[in-house]
Amino acid sequence: MSGELMVQDHPLDGLLRADRLPHIWCPGCGLGSIMSCLTSAITESGTDLNQHAIVSGIGCTGRVAGYLKLDSFHTTHGRAIPFAIGLKLAKPELVVTVFSGDGDLFSIGGNHFLHAARRNIDINVICVNNFNYGMTGGQCGPTTPTGARTTTTPFGNSEPAFNLPHLAASLGAVYVARWTSLHVRQVHHSMLNAIRKPGFTFIEVISPCPVGFGKSNEIGEGLDEMRMYRTNSVVDPDADLANAGIDMQRDSPIVLGDFVDIERPVFAPSGVDRG
Amino acid sequence: MVTAEAEPRVLTGQHFMNGDIAFAEGALAAGCTFFAGYPITPSTEVAERLSRRLPKLGGVYVQMEDELASIAAVLGGSWSGAKAMTATSGPGFTLMMENFGLGVMTETPCVIIDVQRGGPSTGLPTLVSQADVMQAKWGSHGDYEPIAFAPASPQEMFDLAISAFNAAERFRMPVFVMADELVGHMTERVTIPSEDRVSIVNRKRVPAGSEDRLFYAADEDLVPPMPIAGEGHAFHVTGLTHDERGYPAGDPLVHDRLVRRLTHKVQIHEKELTQVEELMTEDAEVVVVAYGAMSRSARQAVMVARERGIKAGMFRPITLWPFPFRKLRGLANQVNRFVVAEMNLGQIAREVERHLRRPATWVTHAGGKMIPPEEVLLALQETAR
Repeated sequence: MSGELMVQDHPLDGLLRADRLPHIWCPGCGLGSIMSCLTSAITESGTDLNQHAIVSGIGCTGRVAGYLKLDSFHTTHGRAIPFAIGLKLAKPELVVTVFSGDGDLFSIGGNHFLHAARRNIDINVICVNNFNYGMTGGQCGPTTPTGARTTTTPFGNSEPAFNLPHLAASLGAVYVARWTSLHVRQVHHSMLNAIRKPGFTFIEVISPCPVGFGKSNEIGEGLDEMRMYRTNSVVDPDADLANAGIDMQRDSPIVLGDFVDIERPVFAPSGVDRG
Repeated sequence: MVTAEAEPRVLTGQHFMNGDIAFAEGALAAGCTFFAGYPITPSTEVAERLSRRLPKLGGVYVQMEDELASIAAVLGGSWSGAKAMTATSGPGFTLMMENFGLGVMTETPCVIIDVQRGGPSTGLPTLVSQADVMQAKWGSHGDYEPIAFAPASPQEMFDLAISAFNAAERFRMPVFVMADELVGHMTERVTIPSEDRVSIVNRKRVPAGSEDRLFYAADEDLVPPMPIAGEGHAFHVTGLTHDERGYPAGDPLVHDRLVRRLTHKVQIHEKELTQVEELMTEDAEVVVVAYGAMSRSARQAVMVARERGIKAGMFRPITLWPFPFRKLRGLANQVNRFVVAEMNLGQIAREVERHLRRPATWVTHAGGKMIPPEEVLLALQETAR
């Protein structure tokens, strides 16, 4: 490539570590769009960029922290939430967002999610759900739908999967939403809500993973997987979350929406005035 | 809600307190403002004390869901600028090995006290041992060079809490205090100096507004200045092998350079870090190496041996890691008979033999009780013969 290539600045360049691009994500992956939604939501929120901290665990989504030009922490597998809690409690003026994957947050890190939501700690958790362990090559995880094939469930997954919005809501998360990576406007809007909402917020974003999940299940390219999720999804903010589990075996749709927006006392360490 | 009553951070004066409480007070004197932990015998009194004291001093006390979360929150708190710590015992110490490694790799100052009890596994929850000292050295995966102190009294619990925080801040890493149940639960006189007599080290920080982007470029002392969250640096921190920008780098050369620096920064400061006590070693013909609570029994044995005409002495590592091998080798120039007494099955004994390149007499017990002075005395008598 010669020096004649014309490069225009992208409006969100200021929030990306341009010196780390290109990213490592596969073609067809939804992570880039979801990360863009966060950068645009942060920008629109008008909050001081210096006060934002991004914390990730391990996995494909765990790499998000490394691409955002904010104070960013790529921690250990499953421990993004407690690390984020430490950051937040020691410096309450920070806006702390955990951006991690389904395996990281709900398998190895599941217990931390439960307790952070129960306490209503003022952090935002964004979970990119691709139904498998992508970075290690497409193994089964706690969100893999029953019957789905992965490299470790060659005969189909025999386990039931987590219903993440239902779980988060049952624990008392004050804001709960689910979208797919195609719903960029809705994801952006939910992230904006989460940034502005005091307390523990949770957003699940379903993302295609053509290499890790699509291939084993003969879904096709990333675009085909995206099309499948779009065709099979329905926006229903009033849905009964108990029935919002994702079961690709049957014809039940993937339920999307802003499901929960409630008020609950926000966690404050003992002795600190909540006023 | 706690009302703001005047309570001093440093409780200057004479006290009669147990080791765990003395440690909590030492941490406060050192400037600790953040505690995250999970209750576990026999360390719980540290947490209980700080749960009462920290809120009144404007600090943060939080009880997490387990030890994995506790140490993760401590690391997060440190990146927000707090002097942060946790307190645990064997089973929790094992869980903390994961994020201890993250703390080493990301160069995060914090303090972890392990009030040791009998293991493996749940072992002897309420009874003493010293069997985690090699876990401190090797318990997390990968190469690292830990810093660990071994207090032998409530007074040293106070003093070494300050040493531990200072070392953590100075070298930007998690620092261990390898206490034991006896020292933790022993009540003795503790003298707390006035605030201005407490020497405090604070981490080197990247100044706010700095344009420097090489957050992992070390100074001559091999320690890089630390940026703090929320000050506009937009820095990146990762447990992956990283270059001087803090960016992931899957390169063997970068990895070797980084891990060597992380170990060298401790090794080159071995002299500054190692504290030892030598008791009657000037003319000694036989020396017992003992540390922590066990040194109290060994001290008694040395006294009785002297009364019986045996020229005995004691070498007490106060810093366990880095092991004070130079000081031990110096002593070995004049003494060639060594006994090692410890409440495990020979962990520091092997380290002593490795550095002396000769066998020592081992006085060991798996834990649950202090090895009585009589047993150490017998070993001194037989080794001196």
